[in-house]
Amino acid sequence: MSLLLELNDHGLYCAAGDFYIDPWQPVHRALVTHAHADHSRPGSAHYLIAEASLPVSRWRLGAEAPIETIPYHKPIEINGVRISYHPAGHIIGSAQIRVEYRGEVWVASGDYKIAPDPTCAPFEPVPCHTFITEATFGLPIYRWPEEAAVFGEVNDWWRQNQADGKASVIFAYALGKAQRVMTGIDPTIGPIFVHGAVNNMNRMVAQAGLSLPHSTYVNEAPAKTDWSQALIIAPTSARGTPWLRRFGAISTAFASGWMLVRGQRRRRSVDRGFVLSDHVDWEGLMLSVAATGAERVLVTHGNVPVVARYLREARGIEAYGLATPYGTDDDDATAEESE
Amino acid sequence: MKRFTDLYSRLDSTTKTNEKIAAMVDYFNGAPAADAAWAIYFLSGRRPKRLIQSRRLREWAAALTDIPDWLLVECHSAVGDSAETAALLLPAAAHSSDLPLHQWLETRILPLRELDDEQMKQQVLAWWATLDGMERFVLNKLLTGSFRVGVSQRLLTRALAQQSGIDEATVAHRLMGHWEPTPDFVAALLSHETTDADVSRPYPFFLAYALEETPVVLGSVEEWLVEWKWDGIRAQLVRRHGQSFLWSRGEELVSDRYPEVIAAAEALPDGTVLDGELLAWADGKVLPFAQLQRRIGRKSIGKKLLRDVPVLLLCYDLLEWQGKDVRHQSQWWRRERLAELLAAVDRPHLPLSEIVESDSWEALATIREESRDRLVEGFMLKRKSSPYRVGRRRGDWWKWKIDPYTIDAVLIYAQRGSGRRASLYSDYTFAVWDEGELVPFAKAYSGLTDAEMRRVDNFVRRNTRERFGPVRSVTPKLVFELAFENIQRSNRHKSGIAVRFPRILRWREDKQIEEADTLDTIKAMLP
Repeated sequence: MSLLLELNDHGLYCAAGDFYIDPWQPVHRALVTHAHADHSRPGSAHYLIAEASLPVSRWRLGAEAPIETIPYHKPIEINGVRISYHPAGHIIGSAQIRVEYRGEVWVASGDYKIAPDPTCAPFEPVPCHTFITEATFGLPIYRWPEEAAVFGEVNDWWRQNQADGKASVIFAYALGKAQRVMTGIDPTIGPIFVHGAVNNMNRMVAQAGLSLPHSTYVNEAPAKTDWSQALIIAPTSARGTPWLRRFGAISTAFASGWMLVRGQRRRRSVDRGFVLSDHVDWEGLMLSVAATGAERVLVTHGNVPVVARYLREARGIEAYGLATPYGTDDDDATAEESE
Repeated sequence: MKRFTDLYSRLDSTTKTNEKIAAMVDYFNGAPAADAAWAIYFLSGRRPKRLIQSRRLREWAAALTDIPDWLLVECHSAVGDSAETAALLLPAAAHSSDLPLHQWLETRILPLRELDDEQMKQQVLAWWATLDGMERFVLNKLLTGSFRVGVSQRLLTRALAQQSGIDEATVAHRLMGHWEPTPDFVAALLSHETTDADVSRPYPFFLAYALEETPVVLGSVEEWLVEWKWDGIRAQLVRRHGQSFLWSRGEELVSDRYPEVIAAAEALPDGTVLDGELLAWADGKVLPFAQLQRRIGRKSIGKKLLRDVPVLLLCYDLLEWQGKDVRHQSQWWRRERLAELLAAVDRPHLPLSEIVESDSWEALATIREESRDRLVEGFMLKRKSSPYRVGRRRGDWWKWKIDPYTIDAVLIYAQRGSGRRASLYSDYTFAVWDEGELVPFAKAYSGLTDAEMRRVDNFVRRNTRERFGPVRSVTPKLVFELAFENIQRSNRHKSGIAVRFPRILRWREDKQIEEADTLDTIKAMLP
């Protein structure tokens, strides 16, 4: 008997509905959970995404890409298979995709988190028989601190740098993390500047209706800008590049879940690491799985064998790994990959 | 404890020397002497005898949070540190307390020794409940005695000198040897008086950098004193007030382990400090380092071992003479006094290091070719006019080592590293061909750039064949050029050989595994 969703060499395929979820090869119909590049790849003949994802997905997939949008919670049918999108709390417009066929319900959650994030709709557990979960931070050592405490540290660091005459450069993924940082910090401390990649994403996110504190694109900064008062938000790719020279003396920081582990912090050789992730932590993962009531869990990217084994042995849930190439294109997931 | 934890965080969150020094100066400005004493104690790499095995800590934390053993192994392997794994596994503290560092040590941590296992566990669990994440991590580090924070002795010395206004050399000297972390010690350390009473105290070692280019750049050969570079244990022999003390470079007192050297030291006049190399030596020549290794780490030395592996101190410098610190005198002056002194005492266990005479660098380069046969690593070059400096400095002392042996080998096993390499597959086992099979012959941990290491890590994850606990066997595909210093026969290794200081020289992406070397090639290198 074949499963409702199965992997083939193009991606996660639903034979009954003849569509793919987050395919990594071009296909005729792609249902996409969110706009990070490892989940949202160009070249497919038709895309279905959550409404709030449109501007960023448009940016990612190209102006010509045939994109159709769907509001959260609204069911539709594709070849007799019932589909609906539900907030995943990962980044703006991110969705879990619920697939129902002949009474059997699957949920492909993409990337998700349950921690609060003002830049996107909060994660909602969706009851299902089979739940597909990520496992980026699937180890019990990962326990996210309170967001308020983390932003308190960021604010303190920024103020201290101002006092020391140093520009504050924080590296964060351009889509998602950068906007979360902007909405989390105290914008009254000083001016905010952004790298071009972040600026582009900010524009897209604003089109999707999210309001961000005022920021200036670094290239449009007035001459004689006093960088020592500024917070500069840049993607990790800007680390160690000549682009940073314009700011003079700087203190650098990295916002990522990996910053919880000392070895990871030291390896990045940034001055500060702030623990801020767009992925679910261990406890959140276990709670989410329980909340879906799923009797079967498929685990993708990250600590796959660990989470699958723990669910089997400690929770008595049928669980196994699903080999996908996800987790290669955002800051959190790339800690152990190339940068 | 909060103040000390803040210091730790500041030191840990920067790689910049000046910021580390500033963090220490701030700490010493604010901390009471009783706390500062312990901070100096830990920052200078000292530690109380280990109270709790690090494994126990992570097991307690796992039990407390209901985590099965296999999952604990995974966590530990991702973090690369037991104290940190334990700290991360625990939930946030219910309430918080602050006790000064010295009270933590003196009234809580050190008395743990008196407790049995179960009491110890209850005590530690109770402490964990009152500390936040970073404090808990620092406590765990103190408990397991593995406290390292990326501060060198030199940096600590500079911070103390800056904070107190005492010159660096004096602070460095006063930090040497054995002392108790008390307010009195701090007072003496930072005192502007010049009375130094400790009879056992050694001097900071002067360390050389490796010479990476031709010695011609050093100027005329006549300005240099040239000696063989021995492969032994650097040591300082202190003779004062009728007592003798032998210190290793790690500032460990090793007098008990080398009774023949201590016996010979009786002949030295009071107020003498010698710098030299402990070597296993028999029948007029040095024995391989593996022989000396049999003496290292043994507290009590049996008669047989003493007979099989006799050890002497080959002397090459004189730091204290007639009760006076003579480090400021020139290398040549010290050498002449040393030669006179050793000739006068005439002890076979205290020989003088030979000078290699030559009139040109070219001639020396030729003589250097004899190094392997002589079981030495090349030459030491010391500027005749130079003083004996503190720590590792460029300019006056150079190691002019022979090129290492090199071999192309295949990566077959990988394991995740610790510290900065935590969770990266960075510890490798390499194999060479033997009758059509790949036989493991060396492990290496260093030599790749961070970027290369990430690529190899990625390769390991995608090419894993089997897992044995934390170790993965990988599809043999990658070839690396390894370097090593020395090679010996060994029954303990499957390959039948053991190599010293193996490290990765470069990743040979241009080579296929068929082009890797064979065991026979390596065996042909055996002396």
